[in-house]
Amino acid sequence: MTTTYPFSEADRLRLDPTYLRLQRTEPVSWVRMPFGGEGWLATGYQEVRMVLADPRFSRWATVGKDVPRTSPVLENPNILAMDPPEHGRLRKLVAKAFTTRRVEQLRVRAQEVVDAALDDIEAQGPPADLVSTLNMPLPITLICDMLGVPEGERGEFQGWTDVLLGFGVSTAEEIRAALDSLKGYIAGMVAQRRRTPSDDMLGALVEAHDEEDRLSEEELVVFGVTLLVAGHETTANLLGNAIYTLFEQPTLLRSLVEDPDLLRPAVEELARAIPLAAMVALPRVALEDVEIGGVTVRAGETVLVSMAAANRDPSVFDTPEKIDFQRGVNPHIAFGHGVHHCLGAPLARMELQVAIGTLFRRFPTLELAVPVEDVEFKRGRLVRGPLTLPVKW
Amino acid sequence: MSKWQVQVDREACIGTGMCASSAAAYFRLENGKSTAVQDFVEPDELVTDAAESCPMEAILVRDGDGVVIAPEP
Ligand code: HEM
Ligand code: SF4
Repeated sequence: MTTTYPFSEADRLRLDPTYLRLQRTEPVSWVRMPFGGEGWLATGYQEVRMVLADPRFSRWATVGKDVPRTSPVLENPNILAMDPPEHGRLRKLVAKAFTTRRVEQLRVRAQEVVDAALDDIEAQGPPADLVSTLNMPLPITLICDMLGVPEGERGEFQGWTDVLLGFGVSTAEEIRAALDSLKGYIAGMVAQRRRTPSDDMLGALVEAHDEEDRLSEEELVVFGVTLLVAGHETTANLLGNAIYTLFEQPTLLRSLVEDPDLLRPAVEELARAIPLAAMVALPRVALEDVEIGGVTVRAGETVLVSMAAANRDPSVFDTPEKIDFQRGVNPHIAFGHGVHHCLGAPLARMELQVAIGTLFRRFPTLELAVPVEDVEFKRGRLVRGPLTLPVKW
Repeated sequence: MSKWQVQVDREACIGTGMCASSAAAYFRLENGKSTAVQDFVEPDELVTDAAESCPMEAILVRDGDGVVIAPEP
């Protein structure tokens, strides 16, 4: 009998045990997806990395096709859906701005935003909610600064993002409408830059289109939307999940408070261990027959990969279920692998380091203002995360 | 045209696999880190593009005169 995906509704940060059972017995297994029928699910570390790195697996072949998938809508063309060499043409336009070296220059700005958020929290007094005061504003401020979204216009896109990534609750119709709203929003800023050029990232992309013809008008607008959405939703929720995990496992929190040098490895380990995505997404289609994980994926068949399962593969990580800040090498793939490896990874890492580091330096006695089991998580979303994190100190 | 020299700083590389996937003829991952398949290659934009897109700027490309042509500062 074919297994039906998802195996269960996402429950806080718990990874359904079926992933790891499949990983042991059939690291590439045949499952029924919520939309588009049946396809392969890769759960083994080696197999997931291979699918992500091997050009025989195409993202582009999913565009507009009713492939097995978890999203109610068909794939739209955007950087995440492109294959080399076309993919590289877009990636190159912004890659420089996201290198670790360039992102380091934004650390001061991130520190300012975090300091201001914590000032507000302190002034307001306990209990305060970290999600709305710190976790969301930090990544939103940084990606909006980079893109050039004006301060006054930053409130509008969060509702559309909620719908866009509401895989479990939004209808296809609603998702398409939210995407159109986001595109209109960015298109307005693009038009603005044609009247008055600016030296932000949207300005650079407009120039790349108008003067150098390096991307189409549609690509330009969609790229802006992708950067805006990818730039805040994941980071804000991983931050919330990380703080929740530290509250849930106080020995981890204590070790971090006592030894600030653990901050960087702690962020990596939390990224490894937290299954951020509530379900797999971004299917790939085999362009030819491929032998992988003991099966043959036939040309035209679809594979989805679980990075969360891969990050718990015992053949790569000792005691994978344990969160261990002392883990030496940590080749996790929470940021993906291969050509689509997360563009924003250096930015997300820096933001997480600044936020978590500063939060517990400034409030070493910070704790949840409610029992940990009362923290409510979002439902029906692609990305897991606490709705609120009420804290006291 | 004279050949380009390709070097990967394995200390800096974090093994994203981007170069090895986008320019497989020139880079491969060995023990999780990228390494140049050949130290000297015929000029090919794939190599400079990989250097420009590496998040760690771990790939260095020099032209025949030893001048660094990628990544741009
Ligand atoms: C903790 C936060 C983040 C996580 C866990 C994360 C995770 C990922 C993953 C797993 C992928 C690859 C998906 C796949 O190949 O199937 C990806 C791609 C991407 N991410 Fe992130 N991301 C984060 C933050 C960010 C930020 C801050 C940005 C800022 C712009 C960003 C922009 C992107 C873009 C543009 C891509 C597509 C890259 C491409 O196709 O070349 N991400 N991310
Ligand atoms: S792109 Fe850079 S960091 Fe990624 S594998 Fe290649 S050299 Fe290493």
